[in-house]
This record gives sequence, structure tokens and C-alpha cells, in this order.
Amino acid sequence: MLAVEVSHVVKSFADKVAVDDLSFSVTQGEIFGLIGPNGAGKTTTIRMMMDIIRPDSGEVTIFGEKFGEATQNKLGYLPEERGLYKKLRVLETIIYLASLKGMDRNSAEEKAGELLERTGMLSNKRKKIEEMSRGMGQIIQFIVTITHDPQLVILDEPFSGLDPVNTELLKEMCLDLRNQGKAVILSAHQMNQVEELCDRILMVNDGRAVLYGDLAEIKSRYKSNSVLLDFEGELGDVPGVTEKRQHRGYVELLLDGKTTPQQLLERLVSRGMVINRFEMATPSLNEIFLKEVGKNKK
Amino acid sequence: MTLIVPVLALLAIGVVHLISAIIEPPEVETTTIGYVDEVGGFDGYTTQGPIELVRYDTQDDATAALLEDDVSEYFVISSPYTSMGVINRYTLEKQLETPPATQAAIKKFITSNILSGSVPQETIELVQAPLYLMITRLDETGAVATEQGGFGNLIIPGIFSLLLALSLNFFASYMVQGLGEEKESRLIEVLLSSVSTRQLLTGKVLGLGVAGLVQVVVWLVSAPLLLNLASSAFGGFFSTIQIPGNFLVLGVVYFVLGFLLFAALSAGVGAISPNAREGQQLSLIYSMFAIVPLWFSSLLMMFPKSPIWTVLTIFPVTAPVEVMLRLGVSDIPAWELAVSIAVLALSVIGVLFLSIKIFRTYLLMYGKRPGFGEILRNLRSG
Repeated sequence: MLAVEVSHVVKSFADKVAVDDLSFSVTQGEIFGLIGPNGAGKTTTIRMMMDIIRPDSGEVTIFGEKFGEATQNKLGYLPEERGLYKKLRVLETIIYLASLKGMDRNSAEEKAGELLERTGMLSNKRKKIEEMSRGMGQIIQFIVTITHDPQLVILDEPFSGLDPVNTELLKEMCLDLRNQGKAVILSAHQMNQVEELCDRILMVNDGRAVLYGDLAEIKSRYKSNSVLLDFEGELGDVPGVTEKRQHRGYVELLLDGKTTPQQLLERLVSRGMVINRFEMATPSLNEIFLKEVGKNKK
Repeated sequence: MTLIVPVLALLAIGVVHLISAIIEPPEVETTTIGYVDEVGGFDGYTTQGPIELVRYDTQDDATAALLEDDVSEYFVISSPYTSMGVINRYTLEKQLETPPATQAAIKKFITSNILSGSVPQETIELVQAPLYLMITRLDETGAVATEQGGFGNLIIPGIFSLLLALSLNFFASYMVQGLGEEKESRLIEVLLSSVSTRQLLTGKVLGLGVAGLVQVVVWLVSAPLLLNLASSAFGGFFSTIQIPGNFLVLGVVYFVLGFLLFAALSAGVGAISPNAREGQQLSLIYSMFAIVPLWFSSLLMMFPKSPIWTVLTIFPVTAPVEVMLRLGVSDIPAWELAVSIAVLALSVIGVLFLSIKIFRTYLLMYGKRPGFGEILRNLRSG
């Protein structure tokens, strides 16, 4: 069953169209990246999925149903801007918000203990939220998002403001969620994180879908006919290579239309060259993002 | 606040009890007042309670005694007195009028001396205190009513109306601040991913209603206990204090409905306010109405039958505090109470319904507060 299905959703505010005929679906057991520049309509889309705001037209279903009491408890949401009750203690915060998702106190306390242990925050469970650093607060809010064992987890910019250690921790936990068969929607503008984690993506710009589909497939669609080569010795002239671009630590070889990377590799090996790295040059998601967003700006 | 009030009252009784046990009552200070009798015949009855009257032959002598602090003041009974009743009083103090104790002492001195020898002593005393009105209230059957009224009847409703006004203000402000903070921190989005707007606001309003119920029950239970304690410890006025018969039931009804109405109003204000600070400013508008009956409480005591009190009893925002006060002063017709409770209950439902609608519309408006016209337009368009 599809975790989320968004069909032809449109949402306008007073002076602009925030989301314009957007359609996509998210399946269980995948991390789905919702990417786009600031103001592209990502958060508005998420809020419509959560029924916080209603679309002008189009439909959103969660696990085949319209958002309602039945679906609320299957869903965990980490909003872009974080906030918890400052005066409440960490454990009480997690238990209270999990209880709103229908979890009983004992199960919530047990699960909160597990998650606090895993994130190295167990010693802080009696501390008040206001005593936590910003990064720690974010981890607590992530724990709040997943304590009730949701089947769909929506994370809006989860990595912003996190240090590298906590970023890694959060990534690991996202991958765990996917491996447990849950659907994870990751809205972010840090392309490297999305590239690392996501199976499929939807790129939005000005409220419209720009790219949608399997990440590997999208990247292969954007690949150029070139390879990246790190080697020892002299390269000299190589048949089939039209241009050499020197980068720090490697050289990019642009192939003519008739030569395949496989043929080039064979030619280089036959010369007895020591090759440290031979890689198909596929553009990073960041490059694709800049290209697509830049195209739209023009 | 729920427990603080009875605990403070208990402490006050204890402290007064302790102080009265340790400190001996001060002796009554005797005051000396001079007088000059230019008419003649005013030379008896010079001791009037704690006031001692000393005669001087001339006004100059009396002035000298005043300046030397032998007397605190003096008065002159001159010839116009017999025809016009004028007596001149001289003092070094700046006063609005003659203190009642002094006036009473001078009056008794004058009347006693005028009547002395002409009528018996009992007649003199009756002239000085001609009546002491004893009021007995009868019920519809002509029997002595159980609830006799008077100031003893006003004390508990008066205290409860004051405490209710304070509680309503405190909790309304608390709720607006809480909602404002949830909006500011965007925690509201997390909450609304778990519960609907209706559930969230109804929960908050009912929570405050329960807070009101707990508060009034604690106070109503502790009030008779504290009164008994105060009455047995001090007697006097405390022993005359009564709790009006229907006060217990109506107290609970109006506390709970009052809390629910103010909570529902606070939910609406919390919805349209971009932050906690602006919300609290807006909440002052309706919080003020809870205080209005207290402003006019002295007028209520003077004119208990004025139709203005009916208006304040039915107007939902003033009703809880107004009814508390009126229960201590006079009877409230049953139809007024019925209409008042019905209007209050309907207002709670109506305001909550509108607040839920507004809340959904303005939930994500973090930057600015919408205008009144805009809110009305949005409500009309649904």
C-alpha cells in the first residue's frame, strides 16, 4: 500500500501559488526526498499532507485514507522549526506527546528510554527542555517524532543546525526506519544528505514538480559522457578522448560519441598504466539541482 | 492559587490568634477636649467615654491650652447656639470633617446638659440613641426566613466574586500565553499532527473548566471550615457570617461556566495573535469585563433593584462575578438566573465553535494579526 499519495494538489495564498498541480506518491520501505530551494512549496506540501492546511484542489491520502484520527497515529512529524515545552522535562515531554498518539504511558516510557539510550541522551531524561542545547533539543524532537512507532515519518529539514556527529546519528536512524519497512519523507535542501539517504526524490521549484523518480535513474539521466581518472604516470594522447579537464587529484576525460567507458578502460590498462580510480562522471544531485533551478530562473 | 487562598486564610487566622495571645489589648487612650461655655449651664456630663471635656472661662485660655497641647481641640458654645445650634470648633489638625467619635461625644454632652433636670435619665439616654433597628426577614409563608441577609451574608459571596475575577484573569492570561508559546515554537504543528483543532481547543477549554471546578470546590469546602475556626477564635463579626443557601450550587455552576467561557475566548484570541505578548494585550479586553461588577459593587449595595444588575447578570462575560456579588446582597429572580445560565452556556459553545474556526484559519499566521473585518469575512466564507 502507498504510504502517501498526492494527486494534483494546488494551494494558493493571497499573493502567490505555493503549490501548483503537484502529484507524487511515497511507498513503504523507502526514503523519499522532497527537495527544492527555499520557498519552493515543500513545507506547504507537507502541511497539506498533515491536514494542517487544506489544498484548494486535489487530494492527499495517507495509507489509502484521507487524513484523520485513524491515520494520525501512524504518522510522525518533525516540523522545520523546532519547539517543545521549555519547562517540561525530557522524559515527560516524550511521554506526553507519544500519549497524544495513542500510546500508553508505560510503553512510551520504555520506548523513550530505548531511544534516549541509543542517542546517548539517557542521562538527560530528567532535565528540562530549556536546559538542552539546540542540537540536543533537535534530537529530543526527533525521538518525539518516532517514539510511537509511526509507519510514516515526515522530517522537514532534520539536519539543519546539527553537528556532524548528530547528523550521522540521525542518518543512521533514518536508514533504520527504512529498513524496518517504514516510509520516510525527507524534506531538505542539503543535497549531499538527500543523495546519501534517499531512494527516490521529488524536486519542486515554484510549487511545481521539476524532477520526480528514482534517484539513481535521475542521476544517470543527467550523466555526461565522461570519466574521472586518477592514475600514476603519463597519460599522453588517448584515442576516443576529445578533451581532458584537470581537477585536483584527478582528471576528467570527455569521450567522443563512439567510445564507451569500458573501451577506454581497456585501452588504459593495455598501456600498463596504474589506475587508482576510474569512475563514470555522474553529476551530483547538487549540480542537477542547480541546473534545474537555474533553468527555471532563466 | 487554588490552595494558596485557603492556606493564606488559615495562616492569617493563626497569626491573628498568636498575636492576640502574645500582645495585651492596648489601653483606650483618653482624649481631652476643651470648651468655653458662653451661654451657661453646660457643666455636667464632662466624661463621655474616652473623651474628657475641660471647661475654660475664655476662648483665649482655651487657645493657650490648645497651643500648649493640654487639649487636642476645643469648642465654643456661644450665644447663637440657642437659636441656631451653631458651635465653633477649633483644632490644629487639617481635617475633612469632625471625627465621628468627637462629634458623638460633643452631641451627648450638649443634649445631656440641656435635658438634665427636665426629664429622667432614661429619657436622656433614649434621646441620645432613639432606635436600634432589628431586621427580621420573613419568607413567603410569614415564618422567619433561614437566610436573614445583612453584611454577614455578603462577605463570602464578596470574597468569592473577587477571587473569581482574579482567577478568570489569571487563567485567561495563562491560556493565551500557553497558546502563543505553542504557536511561536511551532509545537502547535506537532500537536495538530496528533489531534484535530477541535480536539485540541476543546481539550484546553475543558481542562480550564476542570481547573475552575477544582478551585471552587476546594474553596467552598474550606470556607465553612475557616469560618468556624475564625468564629470560634475571634467571635464577633465572624460569627455573623453566613453562606447564602443557593450559593454552593450557583457558585460551582458559575465558576465552571465562567472558566469555560474565558477559556474559549482565550482560544480565539490565541488563534489570531501572532505571539503570546500580543495575545495577552488582546485578552485584557474581555478580562476587564470580569472586573466590571466589582467596580460597581458599592452601587449594587445602595440600589440593589436597579435593572443594570439584570443586564450584568445576563451579559455572559460579566455574569459569573455579578451573580456571585448579587447572591450576597439580595435575591436574584429565578428567571434571571435561568436566562443567565442559558446565555452563558450557549456563549461557551458558540465562542468555542468560532474559536475553532478562527484557529484553523489563522493557525499558521505567525507574522501579523488579522483585522476584525478580515476575521468576519473569513468566518462568513467558512
